[in-house]
Amino acid sequence: MRALDYVRPSTPEEAVAAVAGDEDAMFLAGGSNLVDHLKLGVARPGRLVDVSRLPLDEVATHDTDRGTVLRVGATVRNADLAAHPVVRSRLPGLSRALLAGASGQIRQQASTAGNLLQRTRCVYFQDVTTPCNKREPGSGCSALEGYGRYNAVLGASEHCVATHPSDMAVAMAALDTSVVVLGPDGERRMPSTDLHRLPGDEPQRDTTLAHGELVTGVEIPLTDLAAVSTYRKVRDRASYAFALVSVAAAVRTAGGVVEDVRLAWGGVAHAPWRARRAEEALRCGPVDEQAVAAAVDAELAEAETSEATTYKVPMLRGATVETLLALVEGEDA
Amino acid sequence: MTDTVEQVPVPLDVRSVGTRLARVDGPEKVTGRARYAVEHRDEEGLGDPLSLWLVQSTVAKGEVEAVDASAALAHDGVLRVLDHTSAPRLEDTEDGELAVLQDARVHFRGQIVAVVVAETSEAAREGAALVEVSYRAEPHAAAFTVEGATYRPDSVNPAFETDSDDGDVDAALAGSAVVVDASYGTPYEHNNPMEPHATIARWHEGDDDGVVLRLVDSTQGVHGVASTIAPMVGLGKDQVHVTAPYVGGGFGSKGLPHANVVVAALAARETSPRPVSLAVTRQQMFALTGYRTATVSRMRLGADRDGRLTAIEHRAYAQSAAVKEFAEQTAVGTRSLYAAANRRTSHRLAVLDVAVPSWMRAPGEMPGIFAHEVAMDELAVACGVDPVELRVRNIPERDPETGKPFSDHRLVECLREGAERFGWADRPAQAGATLDGEWRVGTGMAVSTYPGYRMPGNEARVTALDGGRFEVAIGCVDIGTGARTVLTQIAADALGVDPAAVVLRVADSSLPPASVAGGSSGTASWGSAVSAAAQAFLHEHGRTPDPGASLTASAADDPLNGDHVFHSHGAVFAEVRVHRRTGEIRVPRLFGMYSVGRVMNPTTARSQLVGGLVMGLSSALHEESVRDPRFGHVVTQDLATYHVASHADVLDVDADWLEGSDEEFTPMGARGIGEIGIVGTAAAVINAAYHATGVRVRDLPVTADRFLGEG
Repeated sequence: MRALDYVRPSTPEEAVAAVAGDEDAMFLAGGSNLVDHLKLGVARPGRLVDVSRLPLDEVATHDTDRGTVLRVGATVRNADLAAHPVVRSRLPGLSRALLAGASGQIRQQASTAGNLLQRTRCVYFQDVTTPCNKREPGSGCSALEGYGRYNAVLGASEHCVATHPSDMAVAMAALDTSVVVLGPDGERRMPSTDLHRLPGDEPQRDTTLAHGELVTGVEIPLTDLAAVSTYRKVRDRASYAFALVSVAAAVRTAGGVVEDVRLAWGGVAHAPWRARRAEEALRCGPVDEQAVAAAVDAELAEAETSEATTYKVPMLRGATVETLLALVEGEDA
Repeated sequence: MTDTVEQVPVPLDVRSVGTRLARVDGPEKVTGRARYAVEHRDEEGLGDPLSLWLVQSTVAKGEVEAVDASAALAHDGVLRVLDHTSAPRLEDTEDGELAVLQDARVHFRGQIVAVVVAETSEAAREGAALVEVSYRAEPHAAAFTVEGATYRPDSVNPAFETDSDDGDVDAALAGSAVVVDASYGTPYEHNNPMEPHATIARWHEGDDDGVVLRLVDSTQGVHGVASTIAPMVGLGKDQVHVTAPYVGGGFGSKGLPHANVVVAALAARETSPRPVSLAVTRQQMFALTGYRTATVSRMRLGADRDGRLTAIEHRAYAQSAAVKEFAEQTAVGTRSLYAAANRRTSHRLAVLDVAVPSWMRAPGEMPGIFAHEVAMDELAVACGVDPVELRVRNIPERDPETGKPFSDHRLVECLREGAERFGWADRPAQAGATLDGEWRVGTGMAVSTYPGYRMPGNEARVTALDGGRFEVAIGCVDIGTGARTVLTQIAADALGVDPAAVVLRVADSSLPPASVAGGSSGTASWGSAVSAAAQAFLHEHGRTPDPGASLTASAADDPLNGDHVFHSHGAVFAEVRVHRRTGEIRVPRLFGMYSVGRVMNPTTARSQLVGGLVMGLSSALHEESVRDPRFGHVVTQDLATYHVASHADVLDVDADWLEGSDEEFTPMGARGIGEIGIVGTAAAVINAAYHATGVRVRDLPVTADRFLGEG
């Protein structure tokens, strides 16, 4: 067997030091993504630093200068987070997104930070016998001219057209979530939308984290808008499939026009896609079929589709229209 | 070994047959005590196997230039690496799929080019990753097109005529008031049984017979494995001892041994007497253990204005592998389904540098009847005739292919009873007429048919035990269907005893020969032999035999060469909802009404039929293996990307059957039920999707994007 070191540090600082000082080290949490990659030969670390038992499993509300936030520890299991009373009552879109992901068994195993940091999905990335720029930079992108049903339509590059598979991260992108990161030089915070990156000419990098930086938790603002959020996933079967497209949304209207709106998409890009142009287009206008479709089209102005992904444009439009119209109907109820 | 008696079985006096005897192996399975192939450790000599890991070709065509095993051999725990230069020679290399590690040729991407032997599975796997294989690659062809399907096979699976032509189809079509002319496609599909293919092999000196090759294999037929492998490795069939006590599904892919079994045997010879264990991975199954070819069916139906068929033409195109031929019998089911004076069928293949296709879940009938039954729906629309009524109008008096009468043809009853139970009469005639919230709602139906197969070469042995019990032995395999249970019931009734008095032994090649668990033929083939043996035993030894009295018999009757033809039939009804904004598809109701002769056990039968309907649903909505022709292999090679129906996709699915018995066919009155549930189901779903939306989909699977515009 291939020998590798396995260490289980007792503090986050030790964990950071263990990875930062070793180029071949990787963090291991729930393992639902990394262990697959170990078996397939996609990931071949020399050392695994197990962070799953670090004291990062708390879910609690905190009053901050940015208002009340829900602070979620990195190792909180997806199933536990989806079922948490505050998430269910104040962040329904996040709860729905979590429950739309994977299977019951995997949600019991997968962690919050691991879900954010799972690799983008592509059949060629997982198949070490085919070229893939993400796995082997410079080897070429097999998906450009190959199997493309799940390919990105926004923000892709000639080097990579993979999509980020997380549902949870799409809801977090819509909900202005901050990611708390511990590095060798201390702690920093960034919007979750700055965590994931587009492939550009470095598709091997899924995130903006430096080697050794550890996501210790996330902070989600508990706003009135977040309390009416929702998540809608369209997939090839009724459960246990990655999104063809997905929509995380929240909207508040007054006098028939939008006061505030959040919109993010999954299944369309290398990162969860916060649809800011669409939000802008919707603000101060009505929420009706035409307005939402126009907003979607504004966001998709720069979309690049192939024969395999053409469907994503009408599917996104349909799912977004349905989701926002239902939210507005729900306001009256 | 005693002589085998030939006995014409007489119809059983049924008592246990037809009752809900609980699965006799249920407790073993639900408590986890049932051992599957590579879990066997108890038997002497099998306790400490070495592990094997396969190395597969990364080119689709060419030659292996060199296999550099130095890094692998330097790895801790790796004992040896066998390739085409070092593996033992096979004595028979006729079968191109099975003749692995014999020469440098590469016939398809994913072919076995080396095998690593190691102390542990982990070491073997890492060793395989360290084997460096260099190739001299050649241009390959891996894309299936109708234009490229020009090869005419001598026959189609298993031995049907390649083409048929009765009457004058072209003239009839030219003179028909209504013509449907369209092409229908089914994708590559992989069987994906829950238990991957797996083998323990031990090559050793036996007690008296010289060399023995002992195999514990996950197979649909232990005798088939023994008789295939034995001549290849230079042994007599009796020297290859195969058992398969429990098998986690096969769906055709374990019907015959694949190259992994040959590799296990070759490696075991090298490590003798220490056994080896080889478990194929899920990803490897997409290259090594069979699949259904993609098919295209060009259908031309001619009919009068009332929908009575005047011409049926079914031209089937599929793909085979250069290294070994397999011709899916896509159009064969069409030959016997509907009456028409003018009928023509044909099969043509594209021969590609790809993995070897094989049997998968109703080969032939599934893709072929799909095409025919969607075309029939189009005909119903074109004629303005209700789809159920259209079928009723075209049911043949006799088998159109042979002119012989059917033994038991009750399709009309299936159609009428099924329509009644489903609530078909409430259906609006127009497509796209029903909207429920965001969902378009429709219903559709299709006919199902499957031939009655009864295989030759089956024998059973009955031995009296003490206490009025009987051992009944036959070397067949229960792959999870309930065969153990049903054969116990058949044996009990044939012997006139309680099922508790029957000690059934199966799944061992040292038991009397039995045919493969395939073609929905198991109960009919094995049950007839068991009936014959029991009846011959009673005739010979009476009802109170001395313990030890024993007799082996085969069933001497051959209904398939008699005056009748044998087909089961069914009618499948589906309700489909299609989301008007996203195109998502749900199937809230699926119901099949069948005529299958006598049902041996309602519990296991319902499981078979409902399981078939679920597989049909899965093929309708999900299953598709995507081959990337640039590389030559399937890139959706795991269960995250090769979708099968999940629990949430399987809603109200039910099956029922007409009470009946076909004693012309078997002494139990049974025909097979393993595959008919699959046939027609995808067509019913597609036809319902058309009724919901007005969009006619002609290629499987039907996915959400089919119902969305261009953007």
